[in-house]
Amino acid sequence: MKRTHRWGRVYLLFVFAIMYTPIGYLMYYSFNSGGTMHDFQSFTLKWYGEVLSDDRLLIIVLNTLVVALLSAAVATILGVIGALAIYYVKRQRMKNTLLALNNVLIVSPDVIIGASFLLLFTLAGIKLGFASVLLSHIAFSVPIVVLMVLPKLEEMSPTWIDAARDLGAGSRQVLSRVILPFLTPSIWAGFFMALTYSLDDFAVTFFVTGNGFSTLSVEIYSRARQGISLSINALSTLLFLFTMLLVVGYYVFSQKGGRMYGIGGRK
Amino acid sequence: MERAWRNWYLIPYAAWLVLFVIAPLVFLVYESFLDIDGQWTLANYEKVLTPIYLKMMAYSFWYALLITLASLLIGYPTAYWLTKTRHKQLWLLLLILPMWVNLLLKVYAFLGLFGTYGLANAFLQAIGVGARQLLFTDFSFVFVSVYIFIPFMVLPIFNALEELPPSLIDAARDLGASGWTTFRRVVFPLTLSGVKAGCQAVFIPALSLFMITRLIAGNRVITLGTAIEQHFLVTQDWGMGATIAVVLMIAMAVIVFLTGSGRKEGSR
Repeated sequence: MKRTHRWGRVYLLFVFAIMYTPIGYLMYYSFNSGGTMHDFQSFTLKWYGEVLSDDRLLIIVLNTLVVALLSAAVATILGVIGALAIYYVKRQRMKNTLLALNNVLIVSPDVIIGASFLLLFTLAGIKLGFASVLLSHIAFSVPIVVLMVLPKLEEMSPTWIDAARDLGAGSRQVLSRVILPFLTPSIWAGFFMALTYSLDDFAVTFFVTGNGFSTLSVEIYSRARQGISLSINALSTLLFLFTMLLVVGYYVFSQKGGRMYGIGGRK
Repeated sequence: MERAWRNWYLIPYAAWLVLFVIAPLVFLVYESFLDIDGQWTLANYEKVLTPIYLKMMAYSFWYALLITLASLLIGYPTAYWLTKTRHKQLWLLLLILPMWVNLLLKVYAFLGLFGTYGLANAFLQAIGVGARQLLFTDFSFVFVSVYIFIPFMVLPIFNALEELPPSLIDAARDLGASGWTTFRRVVFPLTLSGVKAGCQAVFIPALSLFMITRLIAGNRVITLGTAIEQHFLVTQDWGMGATIAVVLMIAMAVIVFLTGSGRKEGSR
């Protein structure tokens, strides 16, 4: 038994090495003065300087952050409303239908979401750009928030609501004093999840971005198509550190709010 | 009073459902019956059934299957050993941390790793195999995809393993089953829901990857996703793109139906 454990550990180490090699590789060469992702010549910070002095790139980073924060905030509000809506539906059939519809955007491949949103915006006459990207990010984040909040809601004992009502609370007070405080950790977890989905999304954005507006993922894609440039490496190092911060935040909240629901839905 | 209060929540949520779930799907189906000039036609569906497209679909499914199987083969033992480590939640977090690194950056990293003078070729040379062309091959496409999907496979299996009562394993051992028999007859069947959820989480997106095929596989591998992207954004033949999307959706629905609702069971 002990021996197999040791092999298990070796195996895990191997998997971890594979998982982190590409990320480490990117970071390592971001300090290479040689300009390629092989043959490390000497240590330099010039790629970081290049990233930080690239106004266009900084605007894109800003765009990406604005879209992520706005869409996550709106999606969280809509998602909490959605979870409450599903929670209060009493008929099981109706509930299952709502849940199935909720999950459509989670199981659909990004390409299909992107293509169908492109059709939607074109037919609705919405100009492709900031608005269409923001709307689609809100749209695909809502079901994730619902899925993170709903289990917590189902966990809540209904007697609490009865007790609050018996003590004279109106429906507004029940919501603000009982339900929402109880849901807070899962709402934050949902917000973080929506944030990471938005920051990470490429395919949907790629379809609905049009000309003139770009997010980081789309920009990285178009730069990577032109080949290797170490400023992308520098950028990715900065992004990785930023993501670590986000993950730590998410981890803290999800530890409070229960299990890591919903991850593993997309790429 | 009670009723009116409940309906308040349903209004914005239902509006979202109609606008962003139902309407886009309806438009997609509608578009699939239009030709490039906006005339009604069934030609798109006829075209999808020609050998060129059927072959592309078969390839797409074949690659998705390969990617799913490879992820499962690597992911299951990973999840299994993870549950045996001491600080398993921390290790799990570390394993899925790369999920939060932008997908494009991970793919981009492989442009360097698999390049002619990259680390992979240096390694191959060191062990005596010799350098070879790695980029723009189907191998690199499958490898990179598996790399990206492993966390998606590990997570549901890990959860399923965690929910397995340890007493069942003790019982099997007490009844004289060897380690392997215990695994085969007790552990694996009881974590099947996680395996199904993981396979769904990998197979469906694997059908539609287009950025990986574009960046890593050159244009050697054309998946359904690549074809949709091509029709929508390059040739502007939206009708054809929508038709392929509809076919992909039907295929997806069949897969979800066949594998059962593994996702639900897995998260119970």
